[in-house]
Amino acid sequence: MDQLLNDFSPGLFFMQLIILVILIVLLRAFAWKPILAALDARESGIEDALKAAENAKLEMANLQADNERLLQEARLERETLLKEAREMKDKIISEATNEAQDKAGKMIEQAQAAIESEKKAAMAELKSHVAGLSIDIAEKVVREELSNKDKQLKLVEDMLGETTLN
Amino acid sequence: MKIAQKPIKSYLLILMALTTLFGYAKEPSQSHGEGEKVDTPEEIREYIAHHLKDSHDFHFYTHNESGTHYSFPLPVIVWTSEGLKTFMSSEFHHDDAGHVVVEKGGVKLTKIHSKIYELDQNATSVNFDEEHHPTNAHRVLDFSITKSVFGMLLAGLLLLLGFGALARGYKRGHVPKGIGRVLEPLVIYVRDEIAKPNIGEKKYRKFMGFLLTVFFFIWILNLLGLTPLGFNVTGQIAVTVCLALFTMVIYMFSGSKDFWKHTLWMPGVPVILRPILAVIELVGFIVIKPFSLLVRLFANMTAGHFVVMSLIALMITMKEAFGPVASTGMSLVLALFISVIEILVAFLQAFIFTMLSSLFIGMAVEEHDDHH
Repeated sequence: MDQLLNDFSPGLFFMQLIILVILIVLLRAFAWKPILAALDARESGIEDALKAAENAKLEMANLQADNERLLQEARLERETLLKEAREMKDKIISEATNEAQDKAGKMIEQAQAAIESEKKAAMAELKSHVAGLSIDIAEKVVREELSNKDKQLKLVEDMLGETTLN
Repeated sequence: MKIAQKPIKSYLLILMALTTLFGYAKEPSQSHGEGEKVDTPEEIREYIAHHLKDSHDFHFYTHNESGTHYSFPLPVIVWTSEGLKTFMSSEFHHDDAGHVVVEKGGVKLTKIHSKIYELDQNATSVNFDEEHHPTNAHRVLDFSITKSVFGMLLAGLLLLLGFGALARGYKRGHVPKGIGRVLEPLVIYVRDEIAKPNIGEKKYRKFMGFLLTVFFFIWILNLLGLTPLGFNVTGQIAVTVCLALFTMVIYMFSGSKDFWKHTLWMPGVPVILRPILAVIELVGFIVIKPFSLLVRLFANMTAGHFVVMSLIALMITMKEAFGPVASTGMSLVLALFISVIEILVAFLQAFIFTMLSSLFIGMAVEEHDDHH
């Protein structure tokens, strides 16, 4: 202990104190502060980058899920659209068919009615024509027949006979 | 057999240099004469003791035959009764026993065992008592750039250069290049393994300047101590006292309210015991903790240097018993082995000092939620 105290040099202690203080001040300013700041910056940079990567991964997954969902939706929509179209088509076809049938029916009816009326008209005309012709023929025949008495009588008889049968 | 014929001291020094140990030469001129060998146990002991102390010049080695010292002087700055005196240590002519007296502006100064003494007014030479203490001279306040101060300046310069380069490197990119690649993990190590766990995530930042500086300062000085330059800075009690006091001041001044409450008036303890506990706690924080810090570092480094030098000295002390080759080989192997361990110890002591400092700071800044 005595030896230790004897060896203790106040001057050296003083010099060491000054050197240490100066060294701490200088190193703090020129070394430790920039070094620690740079280390912190780098570490936070790495952490941020990792976080960003993680986020990007999550986002990517979300995006993928979104895409999947959109695709699914699109598929469903397409199916419904197709279904609707098919239904529409069927409907249109059936409607068209019905309408066509209706129209055709009507047309047939009309045609039949027209035919009927035409027929009637034709019949009427025919009748009148035939009547005319018959009268003409009858006139001619009668004229000819009446020139002969016998024949006249015969004819009257025939006619009477026919008429009764009728 | 050549080894035995050559002056052993030169070999001792060359070997020290080769095994990157402590190439420090004791000035032979006064203590045991010009060109004499260091080969008795007493001389070895003296030699080692001298190395462990601080010195006023930077000595590489002494050539035995010519007695030439290969060294460079360092400035001596002393506060004497006549004020501040400065001169180069070369004026002492490598004397370390109080034989050479330097006169500077009416003050007579001499150097005894690496300490500068001022002679009394009328004295012309130093008188010693039986215990070799000077009777007519007193120590002066010595602010010299001693070898230790030189070492600290060197370490400081290395720190500024190395970590300044690392700091500048970040301006060019996120990843350091060159020396920064080695230094950056160390900074991260101190931050993540020493400061954060002991002080806490929230408060560690404020103390990083001190902890990092002290860690690298001690480590570099410890490593410099293993070079042949022969620094023993962290083995100087004044240096470790200063470091420990610094830690003490920091944790005493950054103590939280809880810390003071728990120290001075411990809750949950019978009131009678509280003052006693307060005294114990205060003594613990002011005296015991800094003392353990300073003694641990000082003792470890001094012991390390002592062991390595003693093992090198085995070469001489064992020469009688085993012959020069065997003793040299043995000392080489053992010294190498201990030197490798000392490299580990150099880091370990820096780590322990910083670790305990941050532990004590952590104790002081901690805030308790529970009230036991």
